Amino acid sequence: MTASPAPVLLHLIALALLAAFPWVGGEFYVDLALTLMILALFALSLDLLVGYTGLVSFGHAAFFGLAGYVLAMITPETEPVSLWAALAACLAASAAAALVIGWFSVRTSGIYFIMITLAFAQMLYYFLSESPAFGGSDGLFVNFRPVAAVGDWLLFDLDDPMVFYYFVLATLLAGYALLTTILRAPFGQVLQGIRINEGRTRALGFPTPRYKLVSFVIAGTLAGLAGFLEAVHTGYVSPGHLSWHESGIVLMVVILGGRGTLYGPVLGAFTFGLLRNGLQDVTEHWILFMGLFIVALVLFLPGGIAGLIRRAPKGGSQ
Amino acid sequence: MTDTTRARPSRRRFLAGAAATGAIASTGFVPTRFAIGGQAPVKVGILLPYSGTYASLGEAITNGMKMRIEQAGGTLGGRPVEYIAIDSEASPPQAPRHTKKLVIKDQVDFLVGPVHSGVALAMAQVVAGRDKPIMIIPNAGANALTRGQCARNIFRASFSNWQTCYPCGQVMADDGHKTVVTMTWKYAAGNEIMAAGTELFKEFGGAVIKDIRVPFPDVEFQAHLSEIAALKPDAVLAFFSGGGAIKFVKDYAAAGLKDSIPLYGPGFLTEGLTEGQGAAAEGIKTTLHYARTLDTPVNRMFLEAYKKAYNKEADVFAVQGFDTGSLLLQAIDATEGDTGADASPAMIEALSAAEVPDSPRGPWRMSEAHNPIMDIYLRQVEGGVNKILGVASRDLEDPATGCKLDT
Amino acid sequence: MDLAQFLVQALNGVQYGLLLFLVASGLTLIFGIMGIINLAHGAFYMIGAYLAYWLVGLTDNLFLAILLGIPIAVAVGLVIERLLIARLYDRDHLDQVLLTYGLILILNETQKILWGSDFHGVPVPEMLAGSVPLTENQAYPVYRLFISAVCLGVAAGMWLVIARTRLGMMIRAGASNREMTSALGINIGRVFAIVFALGVALAAFSGMIGAPVSSVYPGMGDRVLIISFVVVVIGGIGSVKGAFIGALLIGLADTFGRVLVPDFASMVIYALMALVLLWRPQGLFGRAP
Repeated sequence: MTASPAPVLLHLIALALLAAFPWVGGEFYVDLALTLMILALFALSLDLLVGYTGLVSFGHAAFFGLAGYVLAMITPETEPVSLWAALAACLAASAAAALVIGWFSVRTSGIYFIMITLAFAQMLYYFLSESPAFGGSDGLFVNFRPVAAVGDWLLFDLDDPMVFYYFVLATLLAGYALLTTILRAPFGQVLQGIRINEGRTRALGFPTPRYKLVSFVIAGTLAGLAGFLEAVHTGYVSPGHLSWHESGIVLMVVILGGRGTLYGPVLGAFTFGLLRNGLQDVTEHWILFMGLFIVALVLFLPGGIAGLIRRAPKGGSQ
Repeated sequence: MTDTTRARPSRRRFLAGAAATGAIASTGFVPTRFAIGGQAPVKVGILLPYSGTYASLGEAITNGMKMRIEQAGGTLGGRPVEYIAIDSEASPPQAPRHTKKLVIKDQVDFLVGPVHSGVALAMAQVVAGRDKPIMIIPNAGANALTRGQCARNIFRASFSNWQTCYPCGQVMADDGHKTVVTMTWKYAAGNEIMAAGTELFKEFGGAVIKDIRVPFPDVEFQAHLSEIAALKPDAVLAFFSGGGAIKFVKDYAAAGLKDSIPLYGPGFLTEGLTEGQGAAAEGIKTTLHYARTLDTPVNRMFLEAYKKAYNKEADVFAVQGFDTGSLLLQAIDATEGDTGADASPAMIEALSAAEVPDSPRGPWRMSEAHNPIMDIYLRQVEGGVNKILGVASRDLEDPATGCKLDT
Repeated sequence: MDLAQFLVQALNGVQYGLLLFLVASGLTLIFGIMGIINLAHGAFYMIGAYLAYWLVGLTDNLFLAILLGIPIAVAVGLVIERLLIARLYDRDHLDQVLLTYGLILILNETQKILWGSDFHGVPVPEMLAGSVPLTENQAYPVYRLFISAVCLGVAAGMWLVIARTRLGMMIRAGASNREMTSALGINIGRVFAIVFALGVALAAFSGMIGAPVSSVYPGMGDRVLIISFVVVVIGGIGSVKGAFIGALLIGLADTFGRVLVPDFASMVIYALMALVLLWRPQGLFGRAP
């Protein structure tokens, strides 16, 4: 995590690439990049739990989907809603849900934590998919993108694809910066202490359950932020957004990229997304090749893609 | 016809079954020049499930559609056809990305799909209001698609959920039943179909004793069958599909309820599944816009040609794919092969007034809300096949409540 | 609900619970005893169902099909363990998650290539095809009772093997301390290979024996995966007895949940799991961490 020159340079190059991409990529690929940035943010939020706090959540899609549902519910049928109000509502909802679910879940650990987070996510999934008021299994539309205005003055227009792209990029960057700051702060050090040895951290006088809960709420809120962006982007939410399949995919992205690093999940999101997209182009049996790729990766590349980078000259703090 | 290679093979998928037609047999081979006067191909984007539970539906629809276009010479408006197919995975969260790929990257002229209603609604969100492509839905039955969410450039070649079981109520009442229990999965299609099926039943003075809803896609029915046995209704109206329908029908019979409480439902309960259901399906009455046993020259020819081409029995989904092909042909014939953005209004106009006289399901025409107006048949399983007892509802049109189209 | 109805539903619940135990039995071994998070459990179950469909087509006899199918499943299990799983014992659990997720994709696509994507039914064997009367108008299929009996047999067999045999002793020893067991001169690699293959065979067996009631179709494994994990976790990892009681509890809760609180039926088992884990974080019969 220390700012040794090589990683900083790599980060800047990646940022420059993402920032320049809308000028060179076609409309579709720009949209795909945008989708993958949202997935990256979603994966980053999970990595705070999986990679840094040692809590493997298998229900993370609950917060992602919930935020989208809140946006769909508060957006009127005939006019847009204010971006600030929408953001506040969506983040508050996912934070509240994470607080409740986390309050129960952090009492367990290991595989039991995996299962209890799955249980809560499934309950929310069934609740939404069976309530006609929330669109039932067919889901809900978000008819308008929120308006970013101060008074009558339009700050920027999210309906413009370019503007929306940079809005998502900026949000991803903000999420990344926030997590970097958190992890460098004493609070983050305690979280990493919990992952390595919870007993010892507790013995040092830190109330570990409370730390885990705060970590869970931060992760849930950030997942909500990603879910909010996704709902704005596609204009559609469905119970499928909260399903265990989605929780599984984002968990896989984190492991694939390399947990316990912040660039890992971002790399994982882009690798997974581009691979899925590319394989579907070339073969009917893309699922088979996806499976083979994943298996090969586990066998030959422990620590995910980030493991490759970490094996290069070290600049990390751990 | 079979020895010309006019239709280019799909870049993404080469469906094994399609090889049998011969016309698309040059797997993976992309001709260096176009077969006909250097004309650019018409791009048909396909977003259907090719993996998971709904995969067989996706294949049947694709087969039916390609067969229809092959029968018309393998071209659309005299131009070769390029099929670009993507596996929808029947996953609504993935649907926007898949749709955008076909619409934005591949710039398809027509978009065919999907099976799953949630995917359809997500696709509609991308497609609605654009000049290109024209979207044709070969299955997804969500009522909203041709009601509140109807759109100028979206057409349905299949059915609305409401249509499939609206006549059920009358059928049950005609059979002298006064009380019914409904049973289906707790999801949108189940609720819509059951609401339609009990509408007329209530008008005729029947009573719905209980609505049993099974968590989707659970197939453990035993507790509910015991409930039904205790409630003793005159009849049960049920909707399940695919593997769930096979299991439900078998469980219902094994619980000994079949003889005392007759089973009704939309045709998906038994269509194409009687082989798996065996004797358990005998006597079940269903309503649907098609039955394999429909005795018309068009249907006989269709079944024969399909069997020959794909070495498989055609089903209702293949019919819907076939009719999707017919709509594609009609749209492009209206502009004599022009699919440019300017040609869109003419194609939409042609489809809005489309009549499909040569459908295996019998002639049908497009409603103002872009949904088929068609006969719904009453069928009963007899000797392992769905026999047609008659027309349950002639020229049935979806009420299309809330659909406002500008054109 | 009168008494007769209550008894009928209790029977349904117990019967469903036994079925769940059978379906989860393979996972009880691989995940519960060996501690490997095997997401491909459902895929093995599906492969079993397809084997039954394919072999019944060839032999016209379900029992013969099962006899032929089990060696195939054992072989598949051994190959997968030796080639893939064996390399992961020293690794983080999350690598197992990723690897077995990859296996799901491979097995699903293999199924599609081998058997296509249609829905199939497998007929109930002639001698078990009837039903016995239960109430005035409801009968109970003999085959379901037969499955219940098979479940009891599998449960008893698993318990005997693990608690009473030398293999079981080695398994328990290996699961709690690999290095130590290995130092004692036990070929731990071979023991784990056998257990994994047995787990795959049990998953496939439950798919085969369940095929006549469940029917056979792509994606059918997804439906049993999550519920199997719920069974093992509620019961407590490492306990066959726990998995058995957990399965019965879920069967009963699910059945009565459907009848008594239909609006929340789909959430009942998850609520039950959450409650159990809050009360006993290591599951009903799990060792305290």
